[in-house]
Amino acid sequence: MRWKLAERSEASLKVSEFSVTSEGSGEKLVLSDLLGPVKTSSSLAVVKKQLNRVKSKKTVELPLNKEEVERIHREVAFNKTSQALSKWDPIVLKNRQAEQLVFPLKKEQSAFAPIEHVLSGWKARTPLEQEVFNLLHKNKQPMTDPLLTPVEKASLKAMSLEEAKMRRAELQRARALQSYYEARARREKKIKSKKYHKVLKKGKARKALKDFEKLRKVNPTAALEELEKIEKARMMERMSLKHQNSGKWAKSKAIMAKYDLEARQAMQEQLARNKELTQKLQVASNSEEEEEGVEEEGDLVPDAVNEIQMDADGPNPWMLRNHSRGTKEAKGQDPEQLPDPVAHEASESEEEEDRPGAEEETLLNEFEERRSLRRKSGLNQDAEPVSRQEPKDSSSQEVLSELRALAQKLNKEKNQSGKQNMSSTRTVPVVQREGPPKAEEEPLLLQRPERAHTVQELEELAKEGCFQNEEVPRPGREGQQTERNPNTQPGVPKEKKRKEQMIDLQNLLTTKSPSVKSLAIPTTVEELEDEEERDQKQMIKEAFAGDDVIRDFLKEKREAVEASKPKDVDLTLPGWGEWGGMGLKPSAKKRRRFLIKTPEGPPRKDKNLPNVIINEKRNVHAAAHQVRVLPYPFTHHQQFERTIQTPIGSTWNTQRAFQKLTTPKVVTKPGHIIKPIKAEDVGYRSSSRSDLSVVQRNPKQLSIRHKKQLKKNSVD
Amino acid sequence: MKVKMLSRNPDNYVRETKLDLQRVPRNYDPTLHPFEVPREYVRALNATKLERVFAKPFLASLDGHRDGVNCLAKHPKSLATVLSGACDGEVRIWNLTKRKCIRTIQAHEGFVRGICTRFCGTSFFTVGDDKTVKQWKMDGPGYGEEEEPLHTILGKTVYTGIDHHWKEAVFATCGQQVDIWDEQRTSPICSMTWGFDSISSVKFNPIETFLLGSCASDRNIVLYDMRQATPLKKVILDMRTNTICWNPMEAFVFTAANEDYNLYTFDMRALDTPVMVHMDHVSAVLDVDYSPTGKEFVSASFDKSIRIFPVDKSRSREVYHTKRMQHVICVKWTSDSKYIMCGSDEMNIRLWKANASEKLGVLTSREKAAKDYNQKLKEKFQHHPHIKRIARHRHLPKSIYSQIQEQRIMKEARRRKEVNRLKHSKPGSVAIVSEKKKHVVAVVK
Repeated sequence: MRWKLAERSEASLKVSEFSVTSEGSGEKLVLSDLLGPVKTSSSLAVVKKQLNRVKSKKTVELPLNKEEVERIHREVAFNKTSQALSKWDPIVLKNRQAEQLVFPLKKEQSAFAPIEHVLSGWKARTPLEQEVFNLLHKNKQPMTDPLLTPVEKASLKAMSLEEAKMRRAELQRARALQSYYEARARREKKIKSKKYHKVLKKGKARKALKDFEKLRKVNPTAALEELEKIEKARMMERMSLKHQNSGKWAKSKAIMAKYDLEARQAMQEQLARNKELTQKLQVASNSEEEEEGVEEEGDLVPDAVNEIQMDADGPNPWMLRNHSRGTKEAKGQDPEQLPDPVAHEASESEEEEDRPGAEEETLLNEFEERRSLRRKSGLNQDAEPVSRQEPKDSSSQEVLSELRALAQKLNKEKNQSGKQNMSSTRTVPVVQREGPPKAEEEPLLLQRPERAHTVQELEELAKEGCFQNEEVPRPGREGQQTERNPNTQPGVPKEKKRKEQMIDLQNLLTTKSPSVKSLAIPTTVEELEDEEERDQKQMIKEAFAGDDVIRDFLKEKREAVEASKPKDVDLTLPGWGEWGGMGLKPSAKKRRRFLIKTPEGPPRKDKNLPNVIINEKRNVHAAAHQVRVLPYPFTHHQQFERTIQTPIGSTWNTQRAFQKLTTPKVVTKPGHIIKPIKAEDVGYRSSSRSDLSVVQRNPKQLSIRHKKQLKKNSVD
Repeated sequence: MKVKMLSRNPDNYVRETKLDLQRVPRNYDPTLHPFEVPREYVRALNATKLERVFAKPFLASLDGHRDGVNCLAKHPKSLATVLSGACDGEVRIWNLTKRKCIRTIQAHEGFVRGICTRFCGTSFFTVGDDKTVKQWKMDGPGYGEEEEPLHTILGKTVYTGIDHHWKEAVFATCGQQVDIWDEQRTSPICSMTWGFDSISSVKFNPIETFLLGSCASDRNIVLYDMRQATPLKKVILDMRTNTICWNPMEAFVFTAANEDYNLYTFDMRALDTPVMVHMDHVSAVLDVDYSPTGKEFVSASFDKSIRIFPVDKSRSREVYHTKRMQHVICVKWTSDSKYIMCGSDEMNIRLWKANASEKLGVLTSREKAAKDYNQKLKEKFQHHPHIKRIARHRHLPKSIYSQIQEQRIMKEARRRKEVNRLKHSKPGSVAIVSEKKKHVVAVVK
């Protein structure tokens, strides 16, 4: 069932005198309707005016509800806060990207106190401190900023102005002079002309000579003293390594000598100088001469031969080794048997002329020899009273050499006059080289007769050798000889010849070594090594005689290539479409038809590398250790590979680099509390209570802007 | 003849005094030191293995509480002192170097809900289930004195958490609303509410000290500004957040420990997307604390383990557990960033090393150099599969392990379903939501 709802109608609404309704009329009640009846009365004009005024004004907006207001507040506050927080962005970013962070972040700053404060607060307590303090006070030393002590100041004051000026002028003059001399010396030093220097040296030498002559005439004793001085200088020279061709210059020249005639000459020149400087001067006294006569016999023998005999005793193992090569033959042989090898060598020496390195070798041998001599005589020299002198510079030595030449001349004259007195018929060389020391000679005495014998025979031989040699032009050697004996005069040609023979013989003896095979290599030592190397190679060859590595490799490579080639697939079924059975093969046509050829793969990587086999298969065992996917921060595999390939260990890096590479990202100090970062630490002002007092608390004062913003936000 | 022999100048290897450094000649010619990559790789591998061998993080267990440990607090000035509140209302102060309890206070009836120390380290505050806030002196009472709080504030409602301002004599409590108290007054200077759910924790920002964060049981995290007495913003997540912790080095970053097993690191200026979602736990995360260096944080979970996460990684680098450790309720990283403390249900406080294989004590310079080098090597080769496998390998209790497997399956299923839905629907009709956005329900202004 349905019933109709009864409609309620309230009549009272229409009749009420207290309220006005528009109900029933169907119209909206407007203000003017109400004002209509008032028109007539004038007393209501004021009210009317007021009402009109009100009408013209806009209505006040409804206040926002509490929720919305709060929301706006929150939003404003949030924006402000996040703005304030974004000041931390740079610091956070910096800390995140920092190579190293050291905690605690805030470091205690060491307080700096000026030194005066420290000093004023300090007092001497211990007795030592007090003592030091007293001393300082006594001398009135400044405590703090010592520019000038009071004493110094006083002394400064004491010197008068005049004096100071004079002194200053003097000093200036001296300085100027010094600089002038220095400049001059520098200039002269810079002159490259050899001729100039030669002339200069010669001039000096001549002057010295002249002085000496004068001195001899005026004061013979002084001249003798001078001579003694020269002798001493000679000793010094012998002790020193000068002119021994052992210096840097000489070594470089030795290398050059192979190609450069000039260098060779220069070396020989120096050798000659050395010889000259170390030659003993003969003092004019008969008694000494006789002694020399005894010595001469020994000295006539070529040094090399002497050395052999020394070696027999073997006092010096180095020496033994040194000359073992050169004199092996001579050592074992009797004096009677000697001639043969020597003769042989002499003939060989002719061949030697053609070799480029031969001369050089002889040169070097000479050096060696000289050195050995020096070593031997070292003992002797120790016995001699040697007054240690300062080593003289080259120019003074130049002078000395000149003087020595003069002295030798003098001696020669004497010798020629006294020749008849001498028992031996042989000519006496004016200059004799330093013989073996006496101390060493004594044990050799037993061998003397033999030696003498040898000498004579050797001389004979030498003569022959010499004649042979003289036939061949030897410019270098010739020059050497003349250089070596600059004092020999045309007046004594025979002597010169003998000398030459001796030297030649010596050369032959020393150069004759089994290792003179590869001529390009200058020293015998290296040749020795070379030989060893060859032996080694030979041995290796013998040891691995059966191995043919190269062929094996080629075979291996061929196999690898074969294995990597894609195989054809043969799908022929015997017996299909034709007879099958034992001894029957499918026809060629059929086979061709069912053979599936695999396409040719890409060319091998080692195709053009004959010495390499590149395995292109993936190695499973290696792959287990390899990174398969490019890790996150890297954008390209090369980047990643580069980081892996740069080693960081101290094996590959210097200590400093290693330390730098291994700095830990975060460093903390044990036992130190790490406080949260503070704004003051990073130079910001810390936010305070008053920072954000801007937000209004009164919702009625909320600006329209905020409301709009709010609406916009709510739409979003 | 040239004689070859070894001859050395003593100047090159003999030092003048024993204080001089030994001179060790080195030739850095790379041809003399070949195979640098393989050699370093092997070294890295060995370093990684050794790290695992020496990984013994557990240091000590502090026992004495007679109920589950509910809250922990660090002493701001002393590294050795730590405070703990238990579920039976007992507060204990521990000395870590001696590993002993030095003081015991029966502070509340019922739970000690929260504990915090004053920034100066002279006193500490506790809140409990008995609706009181109590301030205690850090030093014990003198002879003959009663163990009494300095102040007691009786509130109308239960307070569930407390935190002290980092610079001023102000502290904040939470419960029905966030109250900010002056230490001298017995009524809060301001109360802030937004919604009507109980707030479980409140934390002051350690850098911008007027900022607060709180998390409530209606799944939201609310930020406040103390100066304006107004909340700033609210973010609603999928599930309830248990606690938050501010990064002590980055003013606008905080991490929230959520019931949905994850932790969320937020930039407070952009709350709609977390900066990072950290997931590895297999049960609700109950507490989180930042390392003072701000590079890592530690989280305590209901799954009976604690995990250490790098701030910028979504996976944990370390998990600590012991057989006896039950649900971990609170965790703290010590102020020297070397140790971690955790308090758990079974009444113990445990002390761990923050770096499991770190050698404690003073290192010689060579040890230090070797340590740094090994660390760099591990970093350099961390992407290599063998090294990665060894470095990541952890032994887990069966419960956690099986749950991880289970959750992996669930996650995979969800992912598969999503992919399928995407595949079988009209392009554009199904929106792809990133993992980060997935968990944020709304941001309320």
